[in-house]
Amino acid sequence: MLDTIKLKYLQGKQYIKDIKNAPMREAFRGFPIIKNIEVNTSCCPTGALTSNPTTIDMGKCTFCGNCKCEAIQFSNKYKLASTSREDLIITADISPEEYEKKAIKAKEEIKKIFSKSLKLRQVSAAGCNGCEMELNACSNCNFDMGRFGIDFVASPRHADGIVITGPISENMAFALEDCYKSTPDPKIVILAGSCAISGGVFKESNKLNREFLEKYPIDLYIPGCPIHPLTFINAVLSYITGKIK
Amino acid sequence: MNWLITENNKKINTYEIPIISIEDLRVEISNLRHRPIGFFGKQEYENVRLYVVLSDDKQGKLMITSVLFSAEEKAYESLTKDFPQFHIFEREFFEEFKIEPLNHPWLKPVRTNQDKYPFFEMKGEDVHEVAVGPIHAGVIEPGHFRFMCQGEKVYDLEIMLGYQNRGVEKLLLNGINNRLAESICGDSVISYNMAYSQVIEALSNTSITKRAEIIRRIALEMERVAIHIGDMGAIAGDIAYLMGASIFGTTRTLVINTMLEISGSRFGRGLIDVGGVNFDIDDKMSERIISMLNTVENYVDKTANVMLNMPSCTSRMERTGVVNKETTIALGGVGMAARASGINLDSRFDHHDIWYKRQSNTIDFKATGDVYSRCLLRYKEIKESIEMIKDFIKILKEHQDGLKTTINELTQNSLVISITEGWRGEVVHIGITGENSELIRYKIKDPSFNNWYMLAMAVRNNGISDFPLCNKSFNLSYCGNDL
Repeated sequence: MLDTIKLKYLQGKQYIKDIKNAPMREAFRGFPIIKNIEVNTSCCPTGALTSNPTTIDMGKCTFCGNCKCEAIQFSNKYKLASTSREDLIITADISPEEYEKKAIKAKEEIKKIFSKSLKLRQVSAAGCNGCEMELNACSNCNFDMGRFGIDFVASPRHADGIVITGPISENMAFALEDCYKSTPDPKIVILAGSCAISGGVFKESNKLNREFLEKYPIDLYIPGCPIHPLTFINAVLSYITGKIK
Repeated sequence: MNWLITENNKKINTYEIPIISIEDLRVEISNLRHRPIGFFGKQEYENVRLYVVLSDDKQGKLMITSVLFSAEEKAYESLTKDFPQFHIFEREFFEEFKIEPLNHPWLKPVRTNQDKYPFFEMKGEDVHEVAVGPIHAGVIEPGHFRFMCQGEKVYDLEIMLGYQNRGVEKLLLNGINNRLAESICGDSVISYNMAYSQVIEALSNTSITKRAEIIRRIALEMERVAIHIGDMGAIAGDIAYLMGASIFGTTRTLVINTMLEISGSRFGRGLIDVGGVNFDIDDKMSERIISMLNTVENYVDKTANVMLNMPSCTSRMERTGVVNKETTIALGGVGMAARASGINLDSRFDHHDIWYKRQSNTIDFKATGDVYSRCLLRYKEIKESIEMIKDFIKILKEHQDGLKTTINELTQNSLVISITEGWRGEVVHIGITGENSELIRYKIKDPSFNNWYMLAMAVRNNGISDFPLCNKSFNLSYCGNDL
C-alpha cells in the first residue's frame, strides 16, 4: 500500500495543461510549407504530391518526408484537421496560421448539442493499429481527453458519432455501416488518418470497399499517418466548441 | 538432395530449390521435426508450386524445398493430422490455391467468407455461446470471437479473423515501397520495415553501412521497450491496478517521444528505407536516449516491483490463461508468448545476428505459461532491451560509415528469407524474383499467425471475464494475420 502511494508521487503531474498550445518537438512532420517550384512527384508513395502548381493533399499524405526539398518543408504544426475534403489540399500560398483559422467550420447545432460532451465509437476498418494506438493514447494521463468531455464508448448505441480508421476493407464494410446505423441521431462521422480519408498506401488494393464514404456525410477529416493525439484532440475540440485557441 | 540449406537474409537461386513429392515431404518433416516458418504457393503457368521452409533453430539454418502440383492435382493428404503446427499454413494454402488438404481436422477460412464460417457448436443444458466482434468494446482492430461456455466457464473459443485483409502481399509486388511495408502492421513498424528492407537488400546484393545496421537495431529494441511497457499498462488496467496503468502509459510516452525526436514519427515511420536509414543518431541524441532510458528503467522497475509482487495483482495473473509447453510446441507457438511457456525461441540469437549479445536478464526466468509469466517476461525483456540499446549506442561511435547506400538492381530468379525478431516474435518476409528481375511473389508471416491458437487454448477453462486479460497478455496482431 505504501509502495503504491510512493508511486503516485514518482512521476508527479503528467498531463498537458494547455492542450491547444501544447509545444511540439521540432522533428515532428506536420503542416507542409510549400514554395511554388517544380518538384519531382515520383518520390511520393501515395500520390499526394503534385507539381505545377506544387500542392500536397494532406488527406493522402503519409508525412513520410520523402519529398523534402527546397520546395517542400514540413513544419511541426500539428493542427491539420479540416471539415472540408478540398481544404486538405495545401498550396504554396497557405500558411499554417491561416489554415488553422479557417479549416474547421463548426456548425451552430453541433456546438449546441455536443460542446460539453461527445461520446465516440471508434471503428477500425482495416486500420493497421497505428491510428488505433494513437487514439488510445488520447485517453492516457498525458493527453487526458476525458477532461474535455470527449470519450470513446463501447457501444454505438451510447455514441454521438463514429471515428473511422483504416482504408475500409471489403470484409469490414458491412460492420462499419451496421455500426453507423446503430448510432442514434444526431451523429457525426470523423475520418482519422490518411487511410480512412483516401485509402493511403492501400488505395490501389482491390480488397477495399469505400462505398460507405459516398453514401454518408463526413463531418471531420483528421490527417496523419498515424494521427498524432494532439491533432485529434484539437480537431475534435475545435469542431464541437468552435474555438481555435 | 531433398532440401536446400540456407540462412537468414541469404539469397538463393530459385532453380536450385529441389522439387520433391508430397509423400517424401511428409517423411522428411517427420524425420527432421523442425518448425515450419513458410508454407506458401506460387502460380507457375498452370501448375502451383508449394514452397516449404523449415527453421532449424539449433543450427541457425533454414531449409527450403518445394512440391509441384499440376493443374489436375487438386488434393493431397493433409500434414496437419501428423504435425499440427501446419494447420493454419495448410488452411491458408487451400484458401489461396484451392488445393485441398484431405482430412484436415478444421479446414476453415482464414481471411475470407466470414458469413459462411462453420463454427464449432457445443450442445447441452446450461451451454451458451457468446459472440463478440468484429467491432470490440475498446479501440482495437476487428476480429470475431465465439465463446462456448457453460455458465461463466469457457470451454472453447473460436477466433474468426480476416476483417483486416487488404491484399498487402499483392500490393508489395507493385514496386519498392517502404511506406507500405511499415503500414502492414502499425504496432511493429520497425520490425516489418526492417524485414522488408533486408529482403530487398539481399535480393539486390546491397550491403548497407554498419552505422545503419546499428541504428535499425536501436529502433527495433526501442519499439520492443515501448510496446512492452504499453502492454504492461494494459494488463495493469485489466486487473484494475490503475496506478500501474497510468504510470506505464506515461512512461511509454517517453520512449515513443524520443522516437519522434529521432525520426519525426512516434512509431519510427520514415526511419528505415531500403539501403539504410534516413535519420542519424548523433552524440547529442545518444545522450538523450540514454538519459531517457535511465528514467524509464527507474519508473518501470518501481512500478513492476509493486505490480508483480502485490498479492491482489498476482492473484489475478497467476494460473490465469495457462498454455503449457507441450501445447505450445504442438501449435507451433513463437516469440514472446512461446518463451513465456518455456520454449527458448528467439531469432535474434537462433539465427545468429552478429550485432546481438545475450544479456543476462532473461536467463533466470521461470516460464509458467500464464498471464503472470507473460507479464514478467515483458518486464525482463524491457530491461534486456535497455541494456542492448546502451551497448549499441556505445559501438555506434566506432562506425562512421554513413547512413545510406544506393541499391542495385534486383537479381533474377532469386529467393530470400528474412527473419526479424519483433516484439511479438519472428516476423518472416520472403521475396521471390522472376526472369525479369521483378518481384513476383512476396510472403509474410506474422508471429500472430501461429499464436492466435495459443490464445484460444489459453482461455479454455477460464472464466469468460478473464478473456480481456488473457488477450492483452498476448496482444496479437489482427492486421499482421489478415495482411
